Amino acid sequence: MSIDTTAAAPPRPAATSAASEPRPKRRGSRLERRRQRWGWLFVTPFLVVFAAFLVFPLFYAFGMSLFTSTLATGTQFTGIANYVKAFTDPLFLEGLLRVGAYAIVMIPAQLLVALVAALVLDSLTSWLSKLSRLLIFAPYAIPVVIGALMWSFLYSPRFGPSSTLFDFVGLDAPNFLAPDSIFGSLVNIVTWQWSGYYMVVIFAALRSIDPSIYEAARIDGANGFQTATRIKIPMISSSMVMVITFALIGTLQFFTEPVVLRNIAQGAIDAAYTPNMYAYSLAFSYSQFNYASTIAFALGILVFAGSYLFLFLTRKQSGLK
Amino acid sequence: MTLHARTDEREPLTTVTGTPSRAGRGPGRARTGGRRIGSHVFLIILAIYFVIPIWWLFVAATKNTSGLFSSPAFWFDDHFALFENIAGLFTQQNGIYWTWLGNSFLYAFAGGIGATILSILAGYGFAKYRFRGRGAVFGIILGSIMVPLTALVIPTFMLLSQYGLINTPWAVILPSLLSPFGVYLMRVYTQDAVPDEMLEAARIDGAGEIRTFFQVALPLLKPAIVTVLLLSVVGTWNNFFLPLAVLTDPNLLPVTVGLNRWTALSNAGAGGEQVWNLITSGAFISVLPLILSFLFLQRYWQGGLTIGSIK
Repeated sequence: MSIDTTAAAPPRPAATSAASEPRPKRRGSRLERRRQRWGWLFVTPFLVVFAAFLVFPLFYAFGMSLFTSTLATGTQFTGIANYVKAFTDPLFLEGLLRVGAYAIVMIPAQLLVALVAALVLDSLTSWLSKLSRLLIFAPYAIPVVIGALMWSFLYSPRFGPSSTLFDFVGLDAPNFLAPDSIFGSLVNIVTWQWSGYYMVVIFAALRSIDPSIYEAARIDGANGFQTATRIKIPMISSSMVMVITFALIGTLQFFTEPVVLRNIAQGAIDAAYTPNMYAYSLAFSYSQFNYASTIAFALGILVFAGSYLFLFLTRKQSGLK
Repeated sequence: MTLHARTDEREPLTTVTGTPSRAGRGPGRARTGGRRIGSHVFLIILAIYFVIPIWWLFVAATKNTSGLFSSPAFWFDDHFALFENIAGLFTQQNGIYWTWLGNSFLYAFAGGIGATILSILAGYGFAKYRFRGRGAVFGIILGSIMVPLTALVIPTFMLLSQYGLINTPWAVILPSLLSPFGVYLMRVYTQDAVPDEMLEAARIDGAGEIRTFFQVALPLLKPAIVTVLLLSVVGTWNNFFLPLAVLTDPNLLPVTVGLNRWTALSNAGAGGEQVWNLITSGAFISVLPLILSFLFLQRYWQGGLTIGSIK
């Protein structure tokens, strides 16, 4: 190996110069090799978990998806037949379209609330604004299941305040759990749950902007709105990209909220409402583990490809090269 | 990998100590009074929207079942039933609620602390050692952040069932140890917060690698550790899909899955017992620990959450 032949190389200078090197050069002294081993030692415990609970399940799911198991014929290798079935399966395709629609509505809604709240909070220094910041963030500390349970109570015509509130203004309360309003009801739950978290991320990014830039803008005659749209938002674009990526990954795996709401809105939310719910019911209600693996793996690939594409398209804004 | 090149070349500009102080900035950007009031009104409306369901939960926790149906949703009933409800939680199915709450704590802490330890070690390894294959391995880990973890639930279930781990606490704890995002955060933070010169000085003074890590690096990483710990504890505490799939024994459920089960039974009506008052008070008690820890750890997470947002 080349490591032995380069033993005569000068001893490695202090790590300061190493930090500026893009890659380790192959001039390892014994010290260098020992360092390398330490690096691996620190990383290995995580890599074991990574291999066992991410890499292996992924390959396992892919393997499962290539087989079909029926009572009559036993387990047979069927190649990509399950994928052909999945991408012509109306239940899966409808679920995909539905989470796509959720992504289109929900992500801008969350982002807008988070961004506007963060911009307003950034321009104020009162105790009231500090308190509001905490209160807006509070739903993040509530487990998603509990949040969805709370909203399902609030939506419910039996307990909910909606009938009282609408009576007050002389209107009939809408049924939040009807098939044609469930979409908005779910968007509201997710927006409520996550906007505060995104707001904190964006707010912190705003706070790290050097305030002297605002001075300069003010001298140039920019008003508050112009400062926000021309300076602040472009300067935090990498945080925005991160927030959108997380929201995208989360939305495409939509599961918990519709499952909880299904308790009281069976008619509006079926068992295959989202691809994840479909995979769950295939596996645990129908024991079709091969096909469930296919759906899970296909969804995983689509989410990965989707977020990768998004990061690629926004690489200029995010600073990722 | 496109992603890692970015973290390698430039030092990401992250907020290290939390919100930078900008004392004196507020008045400097003089605002007309009207705008100020408008902003505050807007904030108050927003805050009400975010808090009112939580307020509702608190009020509902103090009502018995008939009070839940008959009294105004956002105000207390004449009869204050919180303590009766708590007592009810102790008697319903022999107090299984408290078992659930205990399970949630066990899973969240075992999974969260474990994930944090693994993230600290790996983040430090990636940030401060240049071993061969580092770039490629880190690139794969970064890419895996985009793999939806729920897609792994069903294969994980099948794997765990082969090893007989289904319906054991391990089935929830072991997969929760995985936190690629935690590794990423710790690496980015370590790169900034732990100067190479300090490590080198410690080594020259004769400290071994382990001592250098514990005595030099670890104290500098505190804000990031708290953030990663909080994020992974919250993640495990929140987790629903995984325990739903791998646990069927009622005594092993975390509180989230347990309460959802009560709700499903209560909604089913016939045969199922209606325990609405226990659901609301149980839900209220279960959200207290996290709300309190977020309140007390404010200083840390408010700065820490920016670590991920490069630049």
